[in-house]
Amino acid sequence: MTEVKSPEAPSAAVPSELTTESTRWSRLRPFLPLAVLAVALILPYSTLHLPGIFEGALNSPGTLQLLAVCLVFGGLAAGYDLLFGRTGMLSFGHALYFAAGVYGTDILITRAGLPLWQAAPLAIVGGTILAGLIGAVALRTVGIAFAMVTLAFAQVGAILVARDFGGLTGGEEGLPLDVSGVPAGLVGVANTVNLYWLALAYLVVVVFVVHRVSGSPTGRVLAGLRDDERRIGVLGLDPYRFKLVAFTLAGGLAAAGGVVYCLIVGGASPHITSSELTLSLLVMVVLGGPGTRWGPVLGGILYMYLDHRLVSVGSSGAIDALPAFLSRPLSQPLFVLGTVFILAVYFFPGGLASLAPRLTLLRNALSPRRRG
Amino acid sequence: MDAVILLTLTGLGLAALYFLVASGLSLVFGLADVLNFAHGLFLGVGAYATWWAAGNLPGAGPDGLGFVVAVAFGVAAGTLMAVLVELVLIRPLYSRTIEQVLVTVGLSLAGVALLQATWGADARPFPRPEWTRQVTTILGAQVPNGGLLLIVAAVLVLGAILAFLQWTRYGLIIRAGVENREMVTALGIDVRKAFTLVFAIGGAAAALAGALGSVYFGTVSPQQGGSLLIFAFIVVVIGGMGSVVGSAYAAVAVGLLQQFVNYYGTSGLGDICVVALLAVVLLLRPQGIAGKVATA
Amino acid sequence: MEPILTVEELSVRIAGLHILQGVSFTVAPTGVTVLLGRNGVGKTTTLRALVGLTPRNGEVRGTAQMGNRALLGQPTHRLVRSGLGYVPEDRCVFAGLTVAENLRLAERRGSTPAYDRVFALFPELDRRSRQRAGSLSGGQQQMLAIGRVLINDNRLLLVDEPTKGLAPKVVTEVAEVLERVAESVPVLLVEQNLAVVRRLAHDAVVLAAGQVAWTGNAQELLAETELTRSLLGVGSAEVHH
Repeated sequence: MTEVKSPEAPSAAVPSELTTESTRWSRLRPFLPLAVLAVALILPYSTLHLPGIFEGALNSPGTLQLLAVCLVFGGLAAGYDLLFGRTGMLSFGHALYFAAGVYGTDILITRAGLPLWQAAPLAIVGGTILAGLIGAVALRTVGIAFAMVTLAFAQVGAILVARDFGGLTGGEEGLPLDVSGVPAGLVGVANTVNLYWLALAYLVVVVFVVHRVSGSPTGRVLAGLRDDERRIGVLGLDPYRFKLVAFTLAGGLAAAGGVVYCLIVGGASPHITSSELTLSLLVMVVLGGPGTRWGPVLGGILYMYLDHRLVSVGSSGAIDALPAFLSRPLSQPLFVLGTVFILAVYFFPGGLASLAPRLTLLRNALSPRRRG
Repeated sequence: MDAVILLTLTGLGLAALYFLVASGLSLVFGLADVLNFAHGLFLGVGAYATWWAAGNLPGAGPDGLGFVVAVAFGVAAGTLMAVLVELVLIRPLYSRTIEQVLVTVGLSLAGVALLQATWGADARPFPRPEWTRQVTTILGAQVPNGGLLLIVAAVLVLGAILAFLQWTRYGLIIRAGVENREMVTALGIDVRKAFTLVFAIGGAAAALAGALGSVYFGTVSPQQGGSLLIFAFIVVVIGGMGSVVGSAYAAVAVGLLQQFVNYYGTSGLGDICVVALLAVVLLLRPQGIAGKVATA
Repeated sequence: MEPILTVEELSVRIAGLHILQGVSFTVAPTGVTVLLGRNGVGKTTTLRALVGLTPRNGEVRGTAQMGNRALLGQPTHRLVRSGLGYVPEDRCVFAGLTVAENLRLAERRGSTPAYDRVFALFPELDRRSRQRAGSLSGGQQQMLAIGRVLINDNRLLLVDEPTKGLAPKVVTEVAEVLERVAESVPVLLVEQNLAVVRRLAHDAVVLAAGQVAWTGNAQELLAETELTRSLLGVGSAEVHH
């Protein structure tokens, strides 16, 4: 059914004749994520300006909000990878569960007047149940048919939101969040930093959950399903049940991401229900490296960053100076990202995550070998 | 009564549009296992090429024979695009199903963005013959001619595809390949040539849908293909993948259901009923109305 | 006599499983060579590797020569055109196509289809030419699957379990047909039915655990009940069927 390859953690394959320097590096490597996390935690205290990369200082609300959105999508991509990269399921309806979290929170707070601490768990539970129900039907098909069916169900969500049934969703206009139900610490430009930390916490939780699941016996069954579903069937295990578990869990993680996203952007808008959002999740995972721990996270962060930044780069003088047949397409982020994505499928099937071991190999090949 | 006839005929017009998109998708999927997200792009290319030709191509125009030339140009452009996509992007990934889907996803994102970059994101008025704006009175109902044109075109395309499948050597290869592609190669046939052919057929039908759909709606926009594509996918699954006749039945069912429920119920409810129909069909008959088992 | 097929160190790995681990054998240029072994031992995998139908997540190593032609790594349709006929397990006729269409599909430009040869062996196919292949009986479908390959001239036939799931009377018919086919073209046959093996096979290759466990004369193998039992796991009653 699928041929998704999972390049395993590169540090495992260390040639014996490595230099002492790179041995030290490989010993430090497991702590790298912690170091990155520490940097991410203290980042809002920095007033550093990075011209060209961010518009304001690192701790300016605009930059923090962009970073928070990037972190949420890093987590979403990691959750989606539980389906695509680790189980080999190609779902085209993941936007639905994310949207369930966003609209669920927004509607429960703004329309039903619930406080956040009630609305958030309800939205997450609702999104998870929705994923379980739809998964139960959609998983009757496999492969490409499964992709089409999940796409169709997600389309219902998009229609429900756009047509504004019962006046709940605000239709095409979207639904701004009524902040009176939200704790003061999460409201207002001055508190963007708290939302940033919330997004970071969400990302950490998703990475932890995905890591634990894929390391568990269930995770090994899922990997088996990805490589060859018949083998799992031969072992007497029911592929349907394992896939449903993965699908429901990924749906729940996406709904949780929706809650955080709703708070960051202060409401819901219909574009998050579109199939394009699922497609971009797929692009994030493939660009990052499906089935790897950090690839999807990096892919998600980078994609959202580029998606935001390419708009302003596209309207910058450097691009405008180019002839029209170049400048016009380059000012469309999706044209650039779509093209990069196609090239990645051909030339970097393992995504960004596959670049690291290649670079290591290159460095080892270039460095003079000191033996002894 | 008038309303019922009008809804039936406009529903069939919608069905015709779905069929033109779905028939190619179904053949491409049935034969080559490629879920082609770029199919909506073929539609867009057909629509914009027709629009461009009507204004710029010598001999083409918005009316009479010129309009036929413009549509022919649009169909040719869509066909060429489809063939190029198959040869350049899909063929190197032969039998790597997931990668092929990914490439068509990338292409649909980049292609629509390119249309948008070239002609702007907003809908543009579409040049069309005067008579397509008028209505014909059928049994007391005033039916738009643009819709009737779509129905006629879809019936002709259905007949042409079926005749091709039934009476030609390549048609035979395609029918056999939809059933069991591996066995076709095991008889000494290079099935990949047939892949290019189904892409060409699908591209032509989608481009025609783009041109005539734009005539019907009166405008053309880059996103047009995307929204149609999802319903075309549903039609393909309900009809049974790889079955052109199944696609035709399913297109009629989906088009009528959508039109009637949207009119008598709330707007948008028809779309949801269509997905409910999909769920019911899948639960009762996972392989769709006709055609092979819905697996990859 | 030079063998028609020489397989050396054939290894196949599918989704990480080593199904064949260095299989070497030859197929004589005349008569039937039978490939034996218990279920799941890699017989079908061997045939499919030879005809280039290993799934994409599989890996094939080793060499296989048919005359002066290297088989492994070639696309299936070229191998078949060069004279390697393949009759798959479970027949795989095109159920939605008529009998005539199934046969017509095998026709090739530049060579005359040998309908007389096919209809001489299977007069039934001529009578039922307008019937849908899916509505044929199992035996008739098997005849069609073999007939389809005989439309063209072949240098070697690979035939996978042609008698599987057929009634005893039909099994005998299929065996008769294969006997006549093998008079003009060598056959590499996978077969579980030892009565059929006894009737047809000259040479035998026995696989066990992904490797060649025994090669030699098929009749000698079947004569030694204990050896047959240890290699194939069947009792003497079945052998003397």
